[in-house]
Amino acid sequence: MTDEKKPDRGQLRIDEQECKGCGLCIEACPPKVISLSERLNHYGYRTALYQGSGCTGCGICFMACPEPGAITVLRLMNRGAGSVSATGAVGGAAA
Amino acid sequence: MSNQSVAEYEVARSKAKSLYPRYERKEELQHQTHFCPGCGHGIVHKMVAQAIDELGVQDRTIMVGPVGCSVFTYYYFDTGNVQSAHGRAPAVATAIRRSRPESIVISYQGDGDLSAIGSAEILHAANRGENITVIFVNNAIYSMTGGQAAPTTLLGQKSTTTPNGRNAATEGYPLHVSELLSTLQAPAYIERVGLGDNKQIAQASRAIKRALDNQVRGLGFSLIEVLSPCPTIWKMTPVDSQHWVRDVMEKTFPLGVFCDRTKERLAAPAAQSVPAPALDELPGILGVAEEDLPEGNAAAMAKEQEIDLEVRIAGFGGQGVLLLGEMLAEAGLDAGLEVSWLPSYGPEMRSGTSNCHVRLSRQTIDSPLVTAPTVLVAMNEPSLRKFDRSVRSGGWIIYDGDEFPADCAREDVHVLALPFTRIADAMGDKRAANMVMLGAVLERSGVLPQASIDAALRRLIKNPRWVELDERALARGRELFKEALAEA
Amino acid sequence: MKKQLMKGNEAIVKSAILAGCRAFYGYPITPASEIAEAAAEFMPKTGGVYVQAESEVAAINMLYGGASAGVRVMTASSGPGISLMQEGISYMAGAELPCVIADITRAGPGLGNIGAEQGDYHQVVKGGGHGNYRTIVLAPHSVQEMADLTALAFELADCYRNPVVLMADGFIGQMMEPVEFPQSATPTHLPEWAVAGTAASRGNLINSLSLDFDELEKHIQKLEAKYKLAEQRETRAEEWMTGDAEIVLVGYGIVGRILKAVTAEARAAGLKVGVLRPITLYPFPKVQFQRLAFNARLFVVVEMSNGQMLEDVKLALNGSRPVEFLNRMGGNVPSHEEVLRFVQELARREGLEQKTPDRKTAEEERMANV
Repeated sequence: MTDEKKPDRGQLRIDEQECKGCGLCIEACPPKVISLSERLNHYGYRTALYQGSGCTGCGICFMACPEPGAITVLRLMNRGAGSVSATGAVGGAAA
Repeated sequence: MSNQSVAEYEVARSKAKSLYPRYERKEELQHQTHFCPGCGHGIVHKMVAQAIDELGVQDRTIMVGPVGCSVFTYYYFDTGNVQSAHGRAPAVATAIRRSRPESIVISYQGDGDLSAIGSAEILHAANRGENITVIFVNNAIYSMTGGQAAPTTLLGQKSTTTPNGRNAATEGYPLHVSELLSTLQAPAYIERVGLGDNKQIAQASRAIKRALDNQVRGLGFSLIEVLSPCPTIWKMTPVDSQHWVRDVMEKTFPLGVFCDRTKERLAAPAAQSVPAPALDELPGILGVAEEDLPEGNAAAMAKEQEIDLEVRIAGFGGQGVLLLGEMLAEAGLDAGLEVSWLPSYGPEMRSGTSNCHVRLSRQTIDSPLVTAPTVLVAMNEPSLRKFDRSVRSGGWIIYDGDEFPADCAREDVHVLALPFTRIADAMGDKRAANMVMLGAVLERSGVLPQASIDAALRRLIKNPRWVELDERALARGRELFKEALAEA
Repeated sequence: MKKQLMKGNEAIVKSAILAGCRAFYGYPITPASEIAEAAAEFMPKTGGVYVQAESEVAAINMLYGGASAGVRVMTASSGPGISLMQEGISYMAGAELPCVIADITRAGPGLGNIGAEQGDYHQVVKGGGHGNYRTIVLAPHSVQEMADLTALAFELADCYRNPVVLMADGFIGQMMEPVEFPQSATPTHLPEWAVAGTAASRGNLINSLSLDFDELEKHIQKLEAKYKLAEQRETRAEEWMTGDAEIVLVGYGIVGRILKAVTAEARAAGLKVGVLRPITLYPFPKVQFQRLAFNARLFVVVEMSNGQMLEDVKLALNGSRPVEFLNRMGGNVPSHEEVLRFVQELARREGLEQKTPDRKTAEEERMANV
């Protein structure tokens, strides 16, 4: 986070409808950029919350998460490859 | 955020294509699984689906989910789905894979299911080397039913049915399925993995993909045992459960590859499957094609003669009792008659006494049971004594013995008693005694054309040496009967 | 048609293959083992699958798997093995999977013995497994019927998407009689509901689980509607000299054969006797019983069990005619002599006309022709 101009290597989207707040992603995340929300979702779970920056795109949280669709991991594209925008690539709620 | 908004990202990890986007087979909450928070099943589901995606076999895959928390695989997997009975998934998977060799069959089972009630099915599917992939989720407990002890429950572990902890003296020891199955020669690949930390999870994912790939390549039976957390029943937080897998469970169930024959299987040439024959070839293959059946000699039968021959043949196993009867029935059929042949069956066929019922008639045969024979062929004294009283008045007893027992003699029944076995022995083989006796029966009944008898002999006896001997034996039997009649 | 001599148990397998059966899963048991042996020989030669399972429990679940994949499947066993298969039969009925199960019965309960008996009637006809289901049950009485009813069993199984049991006693399985087969094999097609590991069948599901009470109730009602349809369309029975019968003898399987022999002798003695032989044990041929009740004075059920079919006969007649019962068990077969004596006794009691039995003359006549 020292170089403000350099974008994060990864991005994280957490579907709070699917998240059951088990916290395994928080435990798994190497840079520790996920936490539990204060707000409850409408099933009464505190859900995982991406802090908004610092994701390395490693995907470990994705593998540790017991809900198959709760987490989507995005990675910064290499120059020249086909692209999607970070905000429009995946439907659902972005953190 | 402003800096990142110009950067461009691609999806690196997201829900597998092989899982439904929405779980419409669920009653409610169709956007999430039925698993409790922190349950390992969801993780394993994800790994399996990802492997299916990566190997490109979604259309070919059939998930078999039995009973337990694994029961709802069909909610989630966008593949073919077969829900099966408790513990029976390997048997179900066996049959699917055998009949549909292009399919990829995954048996997804829990530890109660696989290691207790389904222990026979998994052992034998593994031992047959079925080309299926088994995912064995071991959480050391019966979760779906509320926390009863499983064969995999750890020593000292409390459950609702081991309230003081599992005690080896009364409940035995945790069952090591992977080690046990690895003693077999057939399995291709068996590995135990865990979900205890990031490293274990990454290895579990690789192992599952490998196990599926083995099936795609036709290498044989693969099983991945996954040590998996059950926070609800263990009464721990999801994170503590995860650590318990690594710190406690793994001590009882060490991780690792227990069996790997994939290299040698890859080197071995795959067995070529024989193509199924065309439908019109089947009657011939089954031996029921009409063009292969003999014409028979019904024309040689005397038309006017009524026939109702009811024969009981009795002796010891190995004396050719059943063959004698079969010859008679075959000859009758060849001559265009209605026939039936009924053996006494079972262990009697292999030892002790043996007998059979034979009927030949022009009419439809009502009962194939011969309770009052017109001819009794008794190949020894015990057999004679068993049936002598049942012979119909005016009937015949043909008996193999030097002397007919005086107390068996009946005024209303004819007897031909000769040492048939000795006679056959003198002709070349005492085992032909049954044919000498049959010759006597045929001479007595006198209705079957010789051509039918020859045809029956050739149909039932393949060895030319025996055909020749039996022909002589039959002729000798006829002579003996005629001689006896002349003497009387 | 040319016939050949064959055992009933072998005829089942050849007929099954001609009817499109391409998988056999079984476990050895006397007196059904010849079926597995013949399947082991002929299935691989005809493009089919044969596996000797580790138990009857596994065998029936292999049928579940094979049927799920859209293959015509069969197994064969006897009483103790059928008991073990009941779990899978219930699952198959629940999941609406077709299969054919040959039950070559033996004597029970428990290990019993290997003699022929009909004590499996309750467990196959009434459904020995759990839940609301029925199995169609066919009862052959000759080797030819072993072949013909096996082919019919596969048609019915597919038509109703339900297990069909071919219930034959050890005699019918073990005996040899002349038999003829169709000269062309039935082509089979992949049912649209099958889970076959193809793109087209990917969305299919074979399942007997239904958490919602109303949904399960609806499913059971759907099964019931199928069974009602089968009751209307599929009942089969053979009538033998029933036209003027005052006494109707009732028996299936080998007993049916014995009753025909009894009828011949009873008729010779002047008694108006006929035979009603149920061929479908479920659905039970109630209508035939009701029709014969118009002329008949009484019905005589002869069974090799403790009266398991007797109950269905009484239900069918619903008190309209008296039902008498003669049985043998434990592997014993009622001889036609003892049935004849029983019938003559009843005729005397009922005051039915009959000639003085003249057995000796009849026998002499018979012997003269041998």
